[in-house]
Parts: sequence; structure tokens; C-alpha cells
Amino acid sequence: MPKDTIHQTQKVTPSAPEIAVKSSQFSRRPTITPPKPRRDISTPSIALGEIPNLQILNEKGEVSDPAHEPKLESAEHLKIYRAMILARKLDTRMLTMQRQGEMGTFAPGMGQEATQVGQIYPLLQKDWFSPSYRSFGAQLWRGWTIEGLMLLWNGYADGFNIPDGVNDLPFSIVIGSQVATATGVAMGLKRQKDNAVVVTNFGDGAISQGIIGESFNFAAVDKAPIVFVCENNGYAISMPVQKQTGADFLAGRSLGYGIPSMRVDGNDILAMIVAMNGAVDRARRGEGPTFLEAVTYRMSLHTTADDPKVYRKDEEVEYWKTRCPIARYEKYLINKDLLSIEAIEKIATECEQEVLAGRERFRELAKANPRVVFDYMYQTLPAELQEQKQEYLNKLDRKETDQ
Amino acid sequence: MPQMNMAESLNLALDECMNADERVCIMGEDIAVNGGVFRITKGLLEKYGEDRVIDTPLAENAIIGTAVGMAITGLKPVAEIQFSGFTMQAFDQIEQNMARYRNRSRGRYPVPMVLRTPYGGGIRAVEHHSESREAYWAHTPGLKVVIPSGPRNARSLLNAAINDPDPVIFYEPKAVYRAYREDVPDEPEAIEIGKAQVVRTGSDITLIAYGAMMRPTLEATEDLVDLHNVDVEVIDLLSISPMDTQTLVDSVSKTGRCVIVHEGPRNCGIAAEIIARLNEKAFEHLEAPVNRVTGYDIHFPHFQVEQHYLPDPDTIIQAVKQTLAYE
Repeated sequence: MPKDTIHQTQKVTPSAPEIAVKSSQFSRRPTITPPKPRRDISTPSIALGEIPNLQILNEKGEVSDPAHEPKLESAEHLKIYRAMILARKLDTRMLTMQRQGEMGTFAPGMGQEATQVGQIYPLLQKDWFSPSYRSFGAQLWRGWTIEGLMLLWNGYADGFNIPDGVNDLPFSIVIGSQVATATGVAMGLKRQKDNAVVVTNFGDGAISQGIIGESFNFAAVDKAPIVFVCENNGYAISMPVQKQTGADFLAGRSLGYGIPSMRVDGNDILAMIVAMNGAVDRARRGEGPTFLEAVTYRMSLHTTADDPKVYRKDEEVEYWKTRCPIARYEKYLINKDLLSIEAIEKIATECEQEVLAGRERFRELAKANPRVVFDYMYQTLPAELQEQKQEYLNKLDRKETDQ
Repeated sequence: MPQMNMAESLNLALDECMNADERVCIMGEDIAVNGGVFRITKGLLEKYGEDRVIDTPLAENAIIGTAVGMAITGLKPVAEIQFSGFTMQAFDQIEQNMARYRNRSRGRYPVPMVLRTPYGGGIRAVEHHSESREAYWAHTPGLKVVIPSGPRNARSLLNAAINDPDPVIFYEPKAVYRAYREDVPDEPEAIEIGKAQVVRTGSDITLIAYGAMMRPTLEATEDLVDLHNVDVEVIDLLSISPMDTQTLVDSVSKTGRCVIVHEGPRNCGIAAEIIARLNEKAFEHLEAPVNRVTGYDIHFPHFQVEQHYLPDPDTIIQAVKQTLAYE
């Protein structure tokens, strides 16, 4: 069997990796108790200084950790499954559109559907999400529209209009930069005492950025209600995770800041949901931040401008296909009689049609208005900018006259 | 009308704003228990508590990054960076997020925050404590940049900055903090960000300065008026960005001659921008090339010789004479 050459720990097992943090001051920290609001989900406790690994479904879709298997309603399972399929269908369609010249450069998320859907599953509408740019699956669940995401990635400002009722930040492209904003949002929510929490994600490359450590630190000192999710998908463009860190895994990174962490099989949707649920509840109870390393794999390209054949072998990708998060969940649902081959086909067709309908709306909406580029710079445009705006509008008028 | 120095009037402005609006909170290194290394935030922790007066960990980039997030939730953070030289650590979050969230979110998330920081030379400090880099921030779209020159306008301008719906870089001339006292009215005076102030009217030449450079400029003006019989018009810029181009153009159109004073480096400095605007809008009124007295394009020297680097009244007088002599 080919080796997982990317993630040092080949298999996420129930046993915690050895770590060196054993200072006595950490032992006074409370452990995380299972969340109160949900009786259907039980999260393993985390003490600071121990890093549990969590996998509930193994690669074959068998329950490897029955104690933590969430007892979700069948309708809930199907909703989660559908969200993962929709994310994959959108991804695939957008790649086709990009290759046909109908889409800008974008960052596909194929292979990370469990990590994506799992990380925002426990959030309430009043909660906040500050994503990185590779976050389709999560954004769809949160209420961003297919046409909106297509507009965004094809260079239309309207794609950045945040849907009503969605408390999400539009991502900042600079790696790790959105994590500082998310931390500040959590600090602000805490002061306004509205009991909302923040989830923010970033990749394994971001772990090298100073702002990630600074954000961990501010969140820990302030006990801010935030969950940091590192989607360790093995690569930052061409750079394997071993070139980002001298450590065997990333979950240990938060311990020095006083933030407990867990290493989760990011291709196991049940493990993601269970881990996130515990972390979100912990934040909501006022116990501060949690860090989760979700171990996953970028099955597709960094962006559509990328050629992964330059830096990774086909066998590696083939190996990770056997760990596909959707296939794994499908086997589990079939074993539980919650899904049939017919239902799988039906859901796939429905999701494909939903994406195509979104594409139709995108095509109707895809009209760029060059006249608004000054409009969101300030609440009131200063005189010097009014002058520049007029100069710019005159230029547009001249071009229109020339045509 | 009480007499105050600038440190006291800035403290008064923070107190007034926090008292009037509970969304206003202040944050930074050593600002709560210690009251700030220059004591600008003294006494505010006792009045408003640690949820609104936040001693942060020592990381400038995260101070600004988290202040942006807090502003997005509807608070009005006033973040202090201990010295403007350390603001470079936060360049990332200022440029990537503070300046951009209103536009990035299509107006959904404005960032009504203030970055307060002491700038400039003249306090005999070690490296990185004397820079004047206001031109950097003027170059970043989405920000406003203001610099008070004395106790009275410092109080009004900080009030205006905190109540502004957009992010403001508020540079405090630390050489002026305790340099002198002046009358500060009981009630805050309304001041509009983006407006310059003509502090002396005259007909022969326009002197434009701001911040700590207003003092040598006014000292030079006294000599020019009293000893050299030159009728000088003096403008305190107050707002670097947006800039009150009209007031500058009106003045120079009247006097025909102009000298600009700033302590920051010359290359692409604020004077260069003013000269460009005068060239565009007052060219036919100019009787001499617009002159500038600025810092040099070198790192700020060690403090035993800093007085030679900084523009002083003599240098300003020389520049005025040279500009007046041009035919």
C-alpha cells in the first residue's frame, strides 16, 4: 500500500501523539466536557498538553470509534451528505467553466468537503465565519449563493455582496490575514455579550505566518470565543507541509499559547462534526479558543493556474482517492440503510441541476458596472476623490462615445 | 477655559468620547494599568474598566488586526501603537484589512477605528523612536491621516477621528506632548477632517506645515514679520489625507510663493504631493518655484545630532528668503 508521504502520521489513530508540553501550570486548566446543548454528540475531552486524535469513520466507512459516533437524525445525515455533494459539483463545474474561459482563476476545494462542511455544521446563524479563499463548501452551507461565488471568482464585485442574515467576512486573500480579523470579531462579540462565536480557517501554509501565532495569543489572553481550524491539506501550492514546519504535526502549535487542540481526520465528516461541536460549545460557554488541525488532502489544483504534476506524484493522489471523504461517508450511510444507490444518483442529479441553475443566474447577473469602483472607499467621498471619480467617469463616457 | 498641554487634551478627548459612546474602547501595550508610556490614557481604566481599556499582548500587527475585527462588530476601537516606528510591524493589517474592509465587503463592514501613535523627533530617543512616515499612510487608499499641532486642535481632531465612520491614522507629535500649554475650551469644538486651518493671514508668501513642525514654522514667521518685514501667511495642514487642496490653492494663488515644511524624508514626501497639486491648480499664479524644507532621505540620526536633521527656524527663514528673491 502506498505511503502517505505528506502527512507524517499516516493514520489518524485514537491514541494521542507524544508531546513535550508537561508544565504543571497547564494541568490546572479545565478539561473540555461534552457539550450540554446536544445529547446526540459526545466529544472526547481535551486537556491542554494532550492532543487527542479523532477518527470515527475509517477509510472503509466503518465506525472505528463507536463511543464518539454522533447520534444524528437520518434527515440531518442526508442534509450533510447533500452539502458535501453540492460542494463537489460546484467545484467540478467551475473547473470546467474556467477551462472554457467562463471563470477566473480560482482555488478548487475537491477532497476537503468533510473538513469544510464539518467546520461550520455546529454554527448558529448569529455566529460568524471568517474563511480562507478555499472555502466553497462552508460558504454554501452558510448561505452564500452559487451565482454569488461564481460572480466573485469571475471578477465581479457583486460576488462580494454578503447575503442578508449571513455574518461572514469576505475572505482576505493574503495568507493568514483573515485570522486576525476573526480574532478581533470574537473579542468584539465577547464584549457585546451576545454569546455568538467565530470560526476561522486557514491552510497548512498559513501556519508559517506570524499573524497566526499573534492571533492565537490574543485569543488566548482574551479568552475570545473562537475556533481556529487549520485545514492541513498537505500543500501550500507546491510546498509540502514538511517544508512549513519542523514538527510532525500542526496541532501542537497552539499549546504554547495556552490553547487546547485536537488532531482530526479531516476526511471523516463525523469526526469533524464532533470535534467542531465540542470546540464551538466550549467557546460559547466562555472557555476560550480551541485549535483543530484537520488532516485532509487537496485532491485537485492549488488554483486553476497550477500544475501539481510538477511537485507531486500520481500515486500519492491515487492513494488519497481511497480516502475520499464523500465515498467514506457514503459507505457509512449505506451500511446504516440511510442511503441507496438510487438515492445517491438522485442527490447527485439534484445537486448538479442546482449548480447549473446557479450558473444560469450567474450568466444573467454577470454584468460589471465600472462606475461604482469609488463608491465603497469611504462613507462620504472626500473632495479630492470626488474629483478623481469625475475624471474617471469622463474617461468612461469618452470610451462609450468612441464605441 | 482651562490651560492644558497636548498630553492632557488628548486624554480629555478620549475620556469625552468614552463617556459619550460606550462603543468606544481603547487598546494597546501598557495603556491600561500604566496609562500609556506617555500617560495619554491615564486614569481611563479606573473609569471605564478592563473590557473597554485593554492592555494587549506585545504584537503591533495583532493589535491592529483585532481592532479591525472589533470595529466590524460595531465597536469603535482606538488602538495605540506605542511609537510610530513600531507601526511597521502592523503594515500588514493596516494595508490588507484596516484600509480595505469597507470596500471589500461592499459597504457591509465599515471600520470606524483610530490608530493613535506618537511620531517625530526631538525627544532624545534611541533608534526607531523618531520617524515621520505619514506619507506611507497617505498612499494607502481607504485611510484618513490627521496630525494635530497643539493642545487645542489635538482634542478636537481626536474627537473627530473617533467619531469618523472610516479608519483614521492619528499621528501625535510627541515633541509637543508637554512642550507648552494653551487654553482648551470647556466644550469640544467641531473640526472637520480634511480641512486645513489658516493660522495667520499674509500677502507675501505661504508657509505650509503640520504637527511638530508648526512650532519652528511659527517661530520663523515671527522673525520674518518682525525683523524682515515679510507678510507671511501660515497654514496648519491638520489633515494629510484627505488634503484640503482648495485652501492651499487659494492661499498660494494670492501670495504667489510657497514654502512647505515637514520633518519626514523628502523623497515622495507630503511636500512633493502639495507641490504637484499647486502645479496642477495654481501654476499661473506662481511667481517662484515652490520650495520645501524637509528631513533628509537618510535614517533618523542618533539623538546627539538630531537637532541638525530637523527643520529649524533658521533653515525655514533661509528657504523663505530664497523663494522671495526668485524673479
